[in-house]
Amino acid sequence: MNQVTLEIPYEIPVDAHNPVEPFLRMDRMPHIWCPGCGIGTTVNCFTRALLDSKANLDKVAVVSGIGCTGRVAGYANLDSFHTTHGRALPFATGLKLANPELQVVVYSGDGDLFAIGGNHFIHAARRNMDLKVICVNNLTYAMTGGQTAPTTPDHVISATSPYGVFEPSFNLVALAEAAGASYVARWTTYHVKQLSRSMEEVLSKKGFCFIEVLSPCPTLYQRRNKMGDGLDAMKFYKQVSKIRHGAPTSECALTKSGEIVVGKFVDRDRPDYLELLRGQMTESLGDRYAEPEVSCSC
Amino acid sequence: MHADPKGVLTGVHFLDGDHACCEGTLAAGARFSAGYPITPSTEVVERFAWRIPTVGGIFIQMEDELAASIAIQGAVWGGAKAFTVTSGPGFSLMMEHIGYAAMTETPCVFVNVQRGGPSTGLPTLPAQADMMQARWGSHGDYAIIALCPNSPQECFDLTIQGFNLSEEFRVPVMMMLDECVGHMTEKVVIPEADQIEVTPRRYTKLPPEEFHLFEPREDLVPDMVKAGDGYRFHVTGLTHDERGYPSMNVETQDVQVRRLQDKLKPLANGRALCETENLDDAEVVVVSYGITSRVAQRAIQLARAQGIRAGKFRLISAWPFPEQRISDLAGRVKAFVVPEINLGQMVHEVARAAAGRAAVIPVSHAGGSVHNPDAILKAIVEAAR
Ligand SMILES: Cc1ncc(C[n+]2csc(CCOP(=O)(O)OP(=O)(O)O)c2C)c(N)n1
Ligand code: SF4
Ligand SMILES: [Mg+2]
Repeated sequence: MNQVTLEIPYEIPVDAHNPVEPFLRMDRMPHIWCPGCGIGTTVNCFTRALLDSKANLDKVAVVSGIGCTGRVAGYANLDSFHTTHGRALPFATGLKLANPELQVVVYSGDGDLFAIGGNHFIHAARRNMDLKVICVNNLTYAMTGGQTAPTTPDHVISATSPYGVFEPSFNLVALAEAAGASYVARWTTYHVKQLSRSMEEVLSKKGFCFIEVLSPCPTLYQRRNKMGDGLDAMKFYKQVSKIRHGAPTSECALTKSGEIVVGKFVDRDRPDYLELLRGQMTESLGDRYAEPEVSCSC
Repeated sequence: MHADPKGVLTGVHFLDGDHACCEGTLAAGARFSAGYPITPSTEVVERFAWRIPTVGGIFIQMEDELAASIAIQGAVWGGAKAFTVTSGPGFSLMMEHIGYAAMTETPCVFVNVQRGGPSTGLPTLPAQADMMQARWGSHGDYAIIALCPNSPQECFDLTIQGFNLSEEFRVPVMMMLDECVGHMTEKVVIPEADQIEVTPRRYTKLPPEEFHLFEPREDLVPDMVKAGDGYRFHVTGLTHDERGYPSMNVETQDVQVRRLQDKLKPLANGRALCETENLDDAEVVVVSYGITSRVAQRAIQLARAQGIRAGKFRLISAWPFPEQRISDLAGRVKAFVVPEINLGQMVHEVARAAAGRAAVIPVSHAGGSVHNPDAILKAIVEAAR
């Protein structure tokens, strides 16, 4: 298999620790994720994006829902919130509006963001809330044992679809675009460089940004579907994925073993929620409008 | 500290309870609200949406009550004082996040203008049937504060107090209005800002390396921080240790969950909020709250006119239940009469505190209107016999 090499844009001192350590709560290691799981890879990419973006880490907050991916918040050495199942986005909405100087990153699973939290997703995108959403899509509810998710492709065997999934699944990138997201991209955990770059890009982009990361769950999804281990997933991603920046999202639906179109599909500028709010209030109220000072000393 | 004058509409007003409650939130320093429309509580946020852009804050109408009840908590961790407002089915949807606020010790306020239930029930008519839900509605062991105003003036005053208590104890506070109190219009006096006491959030003075988010002070309540200040803290609804890290063991669970209850004990005892009248010589005490306390007042007068020594005990803080006060009374009165617009909720608490030392007589009502004072009078007369 091809070696994936990462260009590290800084010098590593000889006695260095892992360069991503400062971004992680090392006192919480080892983490709970299984060998071969892709979630850790995405976190690695995220820490590199933070590093490269030179963001002030005191002003970056991570909000997660519940699930294997939901545990990311607990390992990020940032202000971090592990909320309730499906509700990371509305929590993040309140956090962002109270403290707009924060860069709020929502990091959660496909089930969390698109089943129980699906309603919040379309509305946060519609409002163009200035949130950066990273969805680790392992095509299943992993934390609870590998049940069918709204992303699970046709014919896949899951804990609650022992005879195979037959209900149609969501195409997340098409959904995000249709709901109004300013930025939409998809990568797999094979595409670590591109994923880091996308993550870095959204850290300096205003508005609702969505990155879907296809990520293996060897323990529950791969095993049940005889798709091998974490390494086999990398081989599979490498084999079937095709980079098509700007591809119409409607053509990017996923199937069990067919092509995975990856790339940046949408990058557009729309005024975000706070800009729209200020604009409307100033138009209606003129000088009487008071800039929100939501976070108060009291 | 005193209220920020920007939010205080000083003067004498003619307001309904919902609007007065909104003015209370503004005086208390709330600058963020998230809501979802539902009768009979929407007026609270309608007024907030109208007032807040000139005060300096944000109202956002969310896509449902699940969203509203967690958005306010995000705002609190961002540094805001925040609240949401609902009724009936909306309150049911908020239960998971009441538990989240209790577990993460997030100070915030839930206004519930009660209507008839269950389910969609009586959208435009009063009830007091969410009292047990307010206390026990989310899963697991926890404790909350619930306040029951009985007039628009109290909707203003107690809302401020509710915010103050939520900051002091770091708990979610339920403002338990009912449709009658929410929609009745009366005189409301709003004082000058410097006459209004507001409890500031107790932010830690420790530097990040010494600070633990859930390390309690002597009063069992931990200090707060907000996002963006360099503390790099972690908040989770999982059982967590003093650092806020998930900790799946029996010992941590025991310490943590007991503390969530114990920190509110002062309010169950000495500091319970109640209004009493004629208790010194009382043989029958009417225990009531919210709109029903005003009907009970009439019944007590009628009983006194007949020579029955009736007294009044009005629950202002229904939760924690003022157990000690009722228990003390039980030793020396003949009976408690407990009218409420439900089929028996707080009456069970009265019976528990009375522990068989006085008769406890419910006067139930399935909802849709207030009691007829005669129904309460009849119970008083029978109790005195
Ligand atoms: C209200 C509620 N319902 C159900 C659950 C159980 N639950 C926990 S995680 C999860 C699914 C998570 O799936 P996903 O978001 O895809 O995350 P993954 O574990 O796959 O990373 C469910 C159903 C819960 N915690 N809360
Ligand atoms: S169950 Fe699947 S998603 Fe969860 S940690 Fe294991 S491999 Fe990863
Ligand atoms: Mg998943």
